Parts: sequence; C-alpha cells; structure tokens
Amino acid sequence: MTPGYVVRRVLLFVLVVWMATSVIFFLPRLAPGRDPIRERLMMMSVSGSVMQSAIEEMARAYEARFGLDQPLYVQYFRFLGDIVQLDFNVSLMMYPSRVIDLIGQALPWTVGLLLTATVLAFSLGTLLGGLSTWPRAPRALSYLLPPLFAFSAVPYYLLGILLVYLFALKLPIFPISGGAPTGTLPSFTIGYMLTVAYHSALPALSMVLAATGFWALGMRGMMVTTQGEDFMIMAEAKGLKGWRVFLHYGMRTAILPQITALALSLGHIVSGALLVEIIFQYPGVGTLLYKAITGFDFFTINGIVFFVIVGVGIATLLLDLSYHALDPRIKHART
Amino acid sequence: MVLRETDVLPTGPGTPTADARLVDGAGPDGAIDRDDQSGRPPLPASRLSTTLHYLRRNPRLVAGLLILLGLLLFWLIGSRAMDTTARSRPLSGPPDMEPSAEYLLGTDTAGRELLPVLIEATPRAFEVGLLAGFVGLMIGTVLGFVAGYFGGTADTIIGGLADTLLPIPALAVLVVIASTIKTNLTVEIMALIVASLAWMTPTRTIRAQVLTMRERAYVEVARLSGASSLQIIFRELLPNLSPYLAASFVSAVGAAVLASLGLEALGLGPQNEPTLGMTIFWSIYYGALLRGMWWWWGGPLVVIVLLFTALFLIAAGLDEIANPRIRRAV
Repeated sequence: MTPGYVVRRVLLFVLVVWMATSVIFFLPRLAPGRDPIRERLMMMSVSGSVMQSAIEEMARAYEARFGLDQPLYVQYFRFLGDIVQLDFNVSLMMYPSRVIDLIGQALPWTVGLLLTATVLAFSLGTLLGGLSTWPRAPRALSYLLPPLFAFSAVPYYLLGILLVYLFALKLPIFPISGGAPTGTLPSFTIGYMLTVAYHSALPALSMVLAATGFWALGMRGMMVTTQGEDFMIMAEAKGLKGWRVFLHYGMRTAILPQITALALSLGHIVSGALLVEIIFQYPGVGTLLYKAITGFDFFTINGIVFFVIVGVGIATLLLDLSYHALDPRIKHART
Repeated sequence: MVLRETDVLPTGPGTPTADARLVDGAGPDGAIDRDDQSGRPPLPASRLSTTLHYLRRNPRLVAGLLILLGLLLFWLIGSRAMDTTARSRPLSGPPDMEPSAEYLLGTDTAGRELLPVLIEATPRAFEVGLLAGFVGLMIGTVLGFVAGYFGGTADTIIGGLADTLLPIPALAVLVVIASTIKTNLTVEIMALIVASLAWMTPTRTIRAQVLTMRERAYVEVARLSGASSLQIIFRELLPNLSPYLAASFVSAVGAAVLASLGLEALGLGPQNEPTLGMTIFWSIYYGALLRGMWWWWGGPLVVIVLLFTALFLIAAGLDEIANPRIRRAV
C-alpha cells in the first residue's frame, strides 16, 4: 500500500462528505413552498392571538437572526463552516439541548450494536457459506442454511418485530425495549455491561439472523468459482491437508470480494440498523432520528444524517484500505 | 416478456453460443439462426414449448413468479369482494378489535379495518417499486451506456459522480428530502424520490458490462460494416444486455421497495393512502407491539416477506439466465 493511494482514498472520502452535505443543503431549498419559520410561527399563532402583520415582521426578524436573508452562497458557506465545527444548532424538540450532545449520547449505543452485529453476521455467514461448498462439511449445515437464506430477503426490522413478539411478549425471556433498565446510570462496571448485552441481545439477533444468510450466499457463490481454479487443483495435487486447502487457498481467495461487498452494502446495513433501533426503542441514533422526525426537529435530522454519512464514509475508507492491504495481488505501482 | 426473449436472443455477456444452446437446447441451429441478418424468430409453438421446458429447469424463477401472482390475485379478488377504499379509512370500524368473523384481520386503534388496508396497500408497494426501479434503471442504463461506450470525459464525470454518491447511505438523504416535502406526499412522488438515489449501482454495473461488450467481435463487425454508434447500441449491445437488464430491474425494484418501506416505517410516507410501511409505522407509534396486537403488524409483515422472497427468487432465476457462470453456484 503506497502513501499515494492512501492520500487519494482520503481525498475521495472528503469529497463524498462534501457532496453529501451539499446535497443536504440544496435539496430542501429546491423544494418549493416550504418555509419552516413561517410554518412554525403559523402553528404558534393558532394557539395564541397574533396579528397577521406581526407574523410577517417576526418571520423577517428570525430570518435576519438565522442569516436566511443573505444570498444562498453566503448561507451555504456558513452552513459548511458550522458543520466543520460540528455545530448543528439546538434541538427543537429537546430545547435547549444542543444537537451534537444528543447525538453524542446516542452514538456509542448505535456503534456498539452495529459493530457487534455486523462482525458476527459477516464472519458467521462467510464461514458457513464457505463450509457449505466443502465436501467434508457437517451434514447439519444443509438444514441450517436454507432458512438463513430465506431470512436474508427480509428487512432487519421486520425480524425484530417478530422476535419482540415471540421472545419478549409471548415468552418473556428478553426485555421488550430500551438499552438498559430505566434509572441506571451508564458506567464501565461488569454488571452494567451485562445488562446492556442482555438488552441488546434481541436487536443484535434480528440483524445477525437477517444478514448471515446474505454473507453465506455471497461466499458460497465465490467459493464455487474458486474451486474450479487451477491453484486449487494444484494445492490438492500437492497433497496438502484438506483444511489447509480450504482455509489458505479457498477461503483466503474467496473472502476478498466479500470485503468489497461489505464496503458496498454498509449504507444498507446502517439504514437497516437504524430502523431496528426504533422497534426496540434502543437509545441509539435510530430512535433519536425517529423522535426527531415525529417532532419536526429539522436541526436534529440534519445532524444525524450528517453523522450517518460520515460514519459510513469512514467505515468504507477503512474497509477499502484493509482490502488493499489484504490482497496480495495489488501492489499499487501506478494505479 | 422477458422470458420469451431469452430463448431467441443470445444470452448476456457470457459465452453467447454456449448460452443459446443451453437455453433452447437446439444445438448449433440456434447459433446459426442468430447470425442470420433477417433475425427470423423461431415458430411460436416451439418457442412456447422451449420456454416451458426452460422454466421447469429454473424452479426459483417459477416459484418467485407464482408468489407475485398470488399477491396480485389477493389484491384483485380483495378489491372486488369489498369496498376497500371506504373500509380502509380511519373510524370505519370500532378500534382495537381482534380478528373475528366480521373483521377478518381486526382493526387498529384509529378504527381502520386491517384487511382492506392490506388489500389497498399491496399494489402501492408494487407501484413504488416498479416506478422507482424503472426510473432508476433507465437513468442508470443511459448513463452507463454513455460512460461505457463513449468513454473519455463523459466516463470520468459519470463514473466520478457515481463513485462519490454511492457510499452515501440513500436512506439518510431520502430522510432529508422526504421530511422537507412531507406535506401531501403521494406514492408517485415518493417513488421519484427513491429513484433519484437508485441509479448509481445500475450505472456502474452496466458501464462495466458495456466496456467488456464493446470489444467483442460482433460489435467490431458491425462497426466495420458502417453501423453508427446508435445503431450498434440499439441493435447489438442492448439486445445482448436484455437478460442482464431484466435481472438488474428486479433487484432495482427490490431495493426501491426496501427504501420506500424504510421511509414509511420512519413515518415519512404518504399520510392519506394506506401503505405497508405506514401501517408498520402506525403500529409502532400506537405501541401495538407492546399491547400484543399482532394482527396490526402481522398482515403487512407477511405481505412484505412474501414480496421480498418473490423478488429474491426471481432475481436469482434471472441471474441464472443472464450469468451462466454462476449457474451451479446456489
């Protein structure tokens, strides 16, 4: 891996984030006829008695206050400047909390759940998918895989609904919702970690169940292609041990496209995880987004969307870099 | 009809001759037929029988199509049997009723009858998926062909744009769009919003396909015999890509349905028309999950699972036609 490649890849990441923030800035302003300030003032005027002319005056005062009377490009650069400083303004629904603080509280939950579930599903699925093409694999595998393939066609959150109903309501084994019992303070004690793991079991399970089949399917396809390759026949002809051929020759080659697939489907995985959180009222970013949408809190929505984009961007960047470190065929001489 | 085309057209970017032989089982005749300038189609009767013959060997495609047919019948028969528009509105029945003889799938807290809601919502999911999938694939095909066939600056711009937009999670941007134009959002507008972020993957994959096909011998022959670029694209490249396009279309539909359901489950769907995702949203909003009202979310869940299973099976079946190399993979 050459420094030049890393620099170019990081520049692409910056470009992606810049594009995304520009899209977030310009798209709502292209939509005709939606004026948050006047709408909000109108909503307030319904409950109190305000003169019509006063509303117009107030709207103009607020526009000056938020800089909305400036030309669009000035607003745009101001918006970029705020975002660089991670300033997303105050939350409208939980005034006067700042958006960045709300996201800061929610982010560890989401990252923890997402990371655990994705790593579990990816490694389990890759292993099962690879094994399923291996002649000496256990028989039980052929009964385990078809249901997993079927689950992979289902959105995560629907599995979540089903799991809550079955294992929290009908058979109360797991808690119905939340990330920890209400009233407990977050701490780094073993007891607290265990309750968190207990509360996260069902959300994680719904993601793992749905995603494992997807990875198994991809790996299976890759392994079938790999098994026809000359180097596999060569390895067997050399009389290498079965597991060695399987792990070092088969899996090692077939796993590379899986990493590309992981990088490409990160957006899907994250979106799916956010929706799972809503089902379980898990105290992460997804539930915050849900609350922000139902509470018309545009500042919080924008902040969350920005963080999701940056998070996915960073994860894609890391995966791309690791891919290039893993693949022995890529040396990055010029490309 | 995608299926019937496949046995006359050379199948996809793989090895055309071997493909044709596999599909219509006619041996070298098939290949000769295709090279014929007049492009005579085989007799209709044999066409039908080869199609049937092929379908028997592609059970996943058949299973997927049958499930889709079942869902369509559910809508057709259901909307004939009862007045679904009137009975799917709020306050059309008593609230929170369990399924009974009178209310087959029960009612929700707002007093909507859930069976008519389901019947009304099923075709909407199809509509969003088909419309968004079609628009997204159209944009992707045009851009992919321009980038792949003409190359140069166009390729750099289109490829760069697709590469930078692709890692952006679509749902995040969709949330921003949908939350700003929330007032009177219809199914059609929602489909267009979803389509606006669904063209990058088709663009990239179709560009890659065009790149490999551009250098094939038959394209070279067409070019040497004086065919214009447009003629080559429409006469040589597009027909060869059609099985591939059909498979991409099905996965584009699936992705669009998934995205629209996600938006709806967040409460950003049409407010006045019943949809599957909005039904899930309302059931979460009113705590149906905690109140044990399984009939509220159960119906949409079954329909969504069936829909995705069908799309998955059809995509896998079409993939087998488009990409013979993976034929034994799954």
